[in-house]
Amino acid sequence: MSALLAQTTYTYLPEQVGFWMIAILMVVAALRVVTTKNVVHAALWLVVVLAGVAAQFILLASEFVAVTQVLVYIGAIVVLLLFGVMLTKAPLGRSDDLDGPKVQKGVAVVIALALLGMMGWVLAESWRDTKLDLHGRTVGELGQTTGQLSDSIFSTYLLPFEAVSILLLAALIGAIVLARRD
Amino acid sequence: MDLMLNQFLFLGAILFCIGVYGVLARRNAVMVLMSIELILNSVNINLVAFSTMWGVASGAVFALFVIAVAAAEVGVGLALVLMLYRNMRSIDVDRVDLMKG
Amino acid sequence: MPYLLDKVWILPAIMAGSFLLILFFGKKLLARFGEKATASIGIASIAVCFILSLFIAGQWIQRVNHPPTGADMAAAEEACLGPSEVAAEEMGVEVYAPAEHGEASHGAETEGDHSTEADDGHGTSEPADGEATTSDEHGAAPMATGESAAAATPTAAAAEPAAEEGHEEVIPVCASMTWFESDHIDFEVGTVLDGLSAMMLFTVTMISLLVHLYSLEYLHKDVRFTHYYAFLSLFSASMLFYVLSSNTLQMLVGWELVGVCSFGLIGHWWEQRANTDAALKAFLTNRVGDTGLIIGVVVLFFATGAASFNVFFQNQQALSGELNTTLLLIAALALFWGVTSKSGQFPLHTWLPDAMAGPTPVSALIHAATMVVAGVYLIARMYGVFWGGLEIGDSSIHYVAFIGGFTTIIGGILAFVQQDLKKVLAYSTISQLGYMVMALGVGAWTAGVFHLFTHAFFKACLFLGAGSVSHACHHTFDMREMGGLRKYMPSTHKTFLIATIALAGIFPFAGFWSKDEILAGAANGQGDKAYTLMLVMGLITAFMTAAYMGRAYYKTFRGEYRGHGTPHESPKIITIPLWILAVFATVIGLVNFPGHIIGAVDDAGLAHRFEHYVQPTFAFPTDLEVAPFMYWLAGLSLVLAGFGLAIGIGYFAKGEPLKGMTERNPLARIGYVFLEKKYYLDALYESGIRDTVVMPLARAAYWFNMKVLDGIVNGLGVAARKFGTVLYRYVDQGVVDGAVNGTGLVSEESGQFLRRLQTGKVQQYGALLFGAAVILAAIFVLTNAINA
Repeated sequence: MSALLAQTTYTYLPEQVGFWMIAILMVVAALRVVTTKNVVHAALWLVVVLAGVAAQFILLASEFVAVTQVLVYIGAIVVLLLFGVMLTKAPLGRSDDLDGPKVQKGVAVVIALALLGMMGWVLAESWRDTKLDLHGRTVGELGQTTGQLSDSIFSTYLLPFEAVSILLLAALIGAIVLARRD
Repeated sequence: MDLMLNQFLFLGAILFCIGVYGVLARRNAVMVLMSIELILNSVNINLVAFSTMWGVASGAVFALFVIAVAAAEVGVGLALVLMLYRNMRSIDVDRVDLMKG
Repeated sequence: MPYLLDKVWILPAIMAGSFLLILFFGKKLLARFGEKATASIGIASIAVCFILSLFIAGQWIQRVNHPPTGADMAAAEEACLGPSEVAAEEMGVEVYAPAEHGEASHGAETEGDHSTEADDGHGTSEPADGEATTSDEHGAAPMATGESAAAATPTAAAAEPAAEEGHEEVIPVCASMTWFESDHIDFEVGTVLDGLSAMMLFTVTMISLLVHLYSLEYLHKDVRFTHYYAFLSLFSASMLFYVLSSNTLQMLVGWELVGVCSFGLIGHWWEQRANTDAALKAFLTNRVGDTGLIIGVVVLFFATGAASFNVFFQNQQALSGELNTTLLLIAALALFWGVTSKSGQFPLHTWLPDAMAGPTPVSALIHAATMVVAGVYLIARMYGVFWGGLEIGDSSIHYVAFIGGFTTIIGGILAFVQQDLKKVLAYSTISQLGYMVMALGVGAWTAGVFHLFTHAFFKACLFLGAGSVSHACHHTFDMREMGGLRKYMPSTHKTFLIATIALAGIFPFAGFWSKDEILAGAANGQGDKAYTLMLVMGLITAFMTAAYMGRAYYKTFRGEYRGHGTPHESPKIITIPLWILAVFATVIGLVNFPGHIIGAVDDAGLAHRFEHYVQPTFAFPTDLEVAPFMYWLAGLSLVLAGFGLAIGIGYFAKGEPLKGMTERNPLARIGYVFLEKKYYLDALYESGIRDTVVMPLARAAYWFNMKVLDGIVNGLGVAARKFGTVLYRYVDQGVVDGAVNGTGLVSEESGQFLRRLQTGKVQQYGALLFGAAVILAAIFVLTNAINA
């Protein structure tokens, strides 16, 4: 709460410019991901969104998560998705059968908009005047240094961490078993 | 021009809804997986925004967990898509209705 | 032998090890060395367990004779109540402080005297000493610890009767470790060894051992021999685990495990549809009851201050009289709902007769002697809760006692109309389980548990006998294809007859003693109120039990053989277990011999041994009254049982042509003179002597026989048959089964409707999910906005 109460006169202009540029780029890219007719293009637009998310993490002073985001998401997951595209012999060029029928798209739009309206309303109601007071505060004060994260993971969240490790192992084995040709 | 928490939350919400649209509207299974990644990322934005706001590491830690789980999810998901392709010569999710009652 | 009482976890561990061994190596051993190799793993393990349980029983008896005192006693008590109290106090929950705390220091002071006095300090003559000396505040003289507990309790007056019985307080042996900890509450795993669990250990391991041996022949060359023995081991492990559990959560685990084994073994021959159906029915019916048990465990946990699942802690809390009685009542009833399914009480008894689809040794072990009494054991173990919740001590009728009594009658009547020998025994089991529940319901704790004990032996003997018969008669259980087997199977016949008499409750066989105690308990009641309705129900059942068992016995072993082929006696490996059980069925009732019939027994300190060693003294209702032996009641029940046997045998004997009448019936001749006389007179009549020897007395006796007795015999027989048929057809199959089937039908119909929603398309499910989430969120937000 201390971050909220501190009064500053700083205008946050650079941060705001950065945020809105990245945000608009992300939304456009995300829309392209779900509308493009080319599977490979979709994957590349996804890279843009993921990079934007990493940039937002930097803006939020969470550097370690941002780096992880780039490494894991852009470095591994997108490559994995592209492999999936190629292994399933998906059309590399334009194709019209990526989307469902019109009715399905209509229903999806309605549900997505209803969800957005719902969430927007709740967010606007709940966090209307909450400010993020970042200026003049070190990353450590915001609890985002790598050391603080690792302290947290290996003490408070040790059990979930182990559980996630087991999950990853199980997923690895599961993926091998599923994808094995026999 | 204060930096508002809601900026980030709304960004997350919009990405989330775009992801939901993608999951519901796309036919290609790989595209569905990509849309799920969008949803997971929107959640991460929320987590990190709250983490920074309160000045504690917990939110960021959970974002890391989400990233790990997402990696596992993509791995298993793609393995399933491969199986699907091998058995049905297609990865259209609406052709998979073996669970029809 | 090392001190075993705190290491009893070894027993279930051995059986679990045996299960794993058979599971992993059974098939290989079978292929390599034959069936005996596989079976020997299970047999050796259960034999070791049996021997260990004998030692455990011996050590428990030692402990009762020389109960620990002073610091040892306090330590034992702390081990049993668990650390929960401290936790509860930290949480600020009001916890009834057990009176025994004060007594521990008492004990320490008198330790020296105590150990010397303990030798002869348990006879019934002892309390006089105890009472006389308690006036001394420090109790330097020999003092029954139960007495000092009573002095320290707020309800000292109410505790007097317990002390009069001469029970010192013997703390059970508990061993436990923390499983996990959550919010100040320790979740423990542990074992409890007291008289009750030692008795169960003995019963379970012994009958399991005999069944293991018996199955060697019965399941010879079975397709799933390994599977069968693996399940037997798993069952033994789960049952031992269950009876040794120190807390309700652990009991729940054991309870479900035995249910799974029951399911697997009923469906052992799953190639036939009927067997899988029976297995499913048993499993699903038990699930219905398990729901009640889970609710009961949770409600009880919160009712006793949300501090611990420990059984002794909960019993003690329930008996403190400071808990919310309504909550306690709900907990007791929910627990009883679980008992209803597991122990075949009305209206969830329908699975038990169907469960006879399993192999016969399994029926003997699981569905007669051990698993089905798990419910009875639950009531006995959680007696404080039932006592407090149902106010057993201050009532003349309540739900548990009534359902128990009702079930005995229902089961007894239904047994009349079965043509399947095993089903007769199954309904008989239901009836006897009802007896046990009724006994516990009327406060006759020892009587109920004692009946559990004796019933295990003679009912297992009956089931194994039925299996032996079926083994001889081409695997049929239909009594219409039996008859006259007495000639062909002498050993089976004799053991079956002994067990039948024991079940009927004829002096001096085992059933007589336990049944009589139950009836005495109902007649005596608790406080100043007798459970009269339950007494009447018990007497009716005593009569019916004898009658239907007489019928079953007659149809199987007497008369002419009606099947095909020539039956043959079973091999030794089957008859030896039968004989062992028959011996037990004969003599085991004497372990609770009521002393004052023969004074010498009383003086030698041999009276009421079972009660002395098994009935708990710790966390147990102190004002529980134990009924004295009643001559009139014993006589009445004996007459009823004899009459019942005579009717059961006589009715069917009369149904036979002349041969049946002329055939001399030794059983009837010895015991049941009235009926026998009629046969003499019939013979005389037919020889034409009637006209020459016209004695008024004979004539009167003849008239009495013909009109009154015959009328009663036929009338009762026919009426019971009719009533049983009606009950079976309409109530059991119609109403009870109908309700079950109706539920199924409704689910199916609604399923058909909902089926249209299930298109199998993932994205449609996703759309429904997200849509529903939006609507639900909107409802929450709107209600919040309106409220705010």
